[in-house]
Amino acid sequence: MHDMSAHAVHHGAPTSFIRKHIFSLDHKVIGKQYYALALVAVIVGMVLSWLMRLHLGFANFAIPGLHLLSKNGAPGDIMTPEYYLQLMTMHGTIMVFFVLTTAPFAAFGNFFLPIQTGAEDMPFPHFNMMSFWVTFTGFVILMASFFVSDGPTLGGWTQYAPLSAVGAVSGPGQGTGVVLWAFSIAFFCVGQLFGSLNFITTTLDMRCKGMSLMRLPLSAWAWFITSIMGLTAFAVLMPAVILLILDHIAGTSFFVASNLVINDSLLPHSGGSTLLWQHLFWFFGHPEVYIAIIPGMGIVSHILITNMRRPMLSHRVLIYSMGALAVLSYMVYGHHMFVSGMNPISSLAFSFPTLIITIPSTIVVLIWLGSLYGSKLRINSASLFALGFISMFISGGISGFFLAQPSIDILLHATYFVVGHFHLVMAVAAIFGIFGGTYFWFPKMTGRMMNESLGQLHFWLTFVGAYCIFMPFHYLGIAGNVRRYQAFVDDYLIPLIPVHKFITVAALATGAVQLIFIYNLIYSRFWGAPAPDNPWQGTSLEWSTATPPPHNNFGDKMPVVYHDPYQYSVEGASSDFIMQTSPEPVHSADEEK
Amino acid sequence: MAKILAVTIIVIAIASAVPIVMHIWPLPQDISLHGHLIDEQYTDTMWEAGISFLASQILLAIFIWKYSKPAPNAGIKRFPGGAAALVIAAFVLVGTEVLALGVFGAKAWGQAYFTPPSADALPVQVQAGQFAFYFRYPGPDGNFGPIHPNLISEANANFYGLDTTNDQDSKDDIVTAEMAIPVNREIHLLMHSKDLGHSFYVPELRVHQDFVPGLDLSIHFTATKIGKYEIVCTQLCGLGHYNMKAYLEVKSQADYDAWLKQQAALQ
Repeated sequence: MHDMSAHAVHHGAPTSFIRKHIFSLDHKVIGKQYYALALVAVIVGMVLSWLMRLHLGFANFAIPGLHLLSKNGAPGDIMTPEYYLQLMTMHGTIMVFFVLTTAPFAAFGNFFLPIQTGAEDMPFPHFNMMSFWVTFTGFVILMASFFVSDGPTLGGWTQYAPLSAVGAVSGPGQGTGVVLWAFSIAFFCVGQLFGSLNFITTTLDMRCKGMSLMRLPLSAWAWFITSIMGLTAFAVLMPAVILLILDHIAGTSFFVASNLVINDSLLPHSGGSTLLWQHLFWFFGHPEVYIAIIPGMGIVSHILITNMRRPMLSHRVLIYSMGALAVLSYMVYGHHMFVSGMNPISSLAFSFPTLIITIPSTIVVLIWLGSLYGSKLRINSASLFALGFISMFISGGISGFFLAQPSIDILLHATYFVVGHFHLVMAVAAIFGIFGGTYFWFPKMTGRMMNESLGQLHFWLTFVGAYCIFMPFHYLGIAGNVRRYQAFVDDYLIPLIPVHKFITVAALATGAVQLIFIYNLIYSRFWGAPAPDNPWQGTSLEWSTATPPPHNNFGDKMPVVYHDPYQYSVEGASSDFIMQTSPEPVHSADEEK
Repeated sequence: MAKILAVTIIVIAIASAVPIVMHIWPLPQDISLHGHLIDEQYTDTMWEAGISFLASQILLAIFIWKYSKPAPNAGIKRFPGGAAALVIAAFVLVGTEVLALGVFGAKAWGQAYFTPPSADALPVQVQAGQFAFYFRYPGPDGNFGPIHPNLISEANANFYGLDTTNDQDSKDDIVTAEMAIPVNREIHLLMHSKDLGHSFYVPELRVHQDFVPGLDLSIHFTATKIGKYEIVCTQLCGLGHYNMKAYLEVKSQADYDAWLKQQAALQ
């Protein structure tokens, strides 16, 4: 247990607009900046998915005004094959990096980790500010690639070499587009490394008096575990993209083999390894899946506990399971490469940890279910999205049984089955975590309540819509529908086109539903009912400070913690919850030391 | 509201399972000697995954239904056995399930990848490039002539970069844009890429293997049913990726011999 608050970096409240709202050192402002960035990114990413779905569902569909976005990419408003791939690549990159990593981890984590640990800020506020602005620069660089002459890269968010490494000769966007992509990701990595360092040190060194590690809420634990992953995973991706940049601008051949011929000319590269990129990328890429989803697990647990009016069956088991997921995530990455030409013995070696990772995942789900049992569940927008998260996580996780086995991967690799699997388990589930977190913490972040009726309407339409979009992807994959095709010209794929039409309609409708959320967000931000300090009768430290929290989070008096984070429905207590800062004694079997 | 959510979850879970149970979009037919092992593994996994999926969604729904409207002074009930029971259940049930899947799945994988091709397997070469496959048969001498990357030329229709003037082995090589193989004969497919990453996927044949520039890879299989099937690329290779395909014709031995003779005459 530490009382390091005396050592924290003190910085006075800023007075100028620029230092208060733009180049702010305050973790809460930085958290909101990350949230705003993720919101802009998710809108761009979603519009891209609409364009892709329209093109896939209704071949040669003229999308009014598309030529304004790219004259070459959409002559006569009809997408070219390469433009489809370019939009697809940007959709994946924006969503994985600038939404799924940014919102649940960087946005909510920045705002709430220091508050939940009882710190007045992160220990390195300048690094924290840089973390956001470097990430923002990465986003601007990525967006800039829409406007270069041959458009953004078409190589997919995985950027497999040598397609990504040989330059413009391999297709539109593969020259400048790839270089901009790689710079964007390199900036993103730097931002996340700065952020992760701050998260780790905040958790280890900035906790207030009485806040032992086991007294941290599950959301804080999730951000802490994720930050350790961020530090190790992005530290591998960054050198990989730097090597990719060197292959483009310095004449190196890290990822390009000898004797390759494109357009009847022999490429000057020699001696590189195609599979090296895949190993480096997926060493980052698989932990990245958990970087996206573990914060969601923490947020959802935190929301559910508050709304079930009870602690989880075991605080420690959930923490250990999230830790096990983090560790195992580095040992499973080869399941992306079963048919890549990697040694088939390696495929088996990667298969077993992939199967074993279902054990901690199952434990997490069972603890959630076992904790729902006998609880006093409240239904509101936040808890609905948290329950929806569990349903999505189960649905998306279970298809992993298939993809973990190399023999079945022969059937399903690179098909829509994979697309359905990862969208449900890491994208939709993570986004449900973001929505849940937003409805839950918006009052604390802004001082105003969100509209509950609109929130619930948003949930119902999104929950049903997301299943309508992503469940049929599995059926397509089983039938052998290959992903990353801009049109389905193969004889055996043509009968599947009606399924694509259904998915397109579902995607457009579910996307439109998100306008309800955006309206609610903007309306409530300015005109929502004023929020009390503790609207959900929560126990953790964010509910013991003012709404919104003051510059140094807790005002004049730093908090002192007396309890585990979730003292709900404690027998003999004065109310159905005891805050962490309350000195009221607790005698309960649930109190874990 | 909670009850509507519980019902919605159950309806979605059952509706999701219907197309699988009814085989509305089934696996492509299996035309290979080894495919039944993969299909059996797939079916076993579907049973285990399907039961886990339905059981956990229904349990979630039941708990949401049951515990969302507690009596005002109701206490919290603890799950029988607590967390320890659930952890043990996860280790025993899921642990057994995944180990079984892993061990039996290894058999199907081993059949495809750990057994060498038989000595009399018919060698066929396939070269992938943006955005076409080309196939090569060794001709009567049984040997493939060497590839000279600097001679590869689409313009001159020298897709393999063969030097038929100087290389004796190349003179009788047969290069085709479509693949034909005899039925019930093992094929040893020798794969290489001339430019980028591609893949060789024939769903009916239960064969899926990436081409890796710089690596010569090989797979082997036996087709058991005469017919015409599609070979598609599944590794994103550029703007024409969706259209990179070729046909695989599985023929009787007599038809195959005639086809090969006809192709030889076209060289």
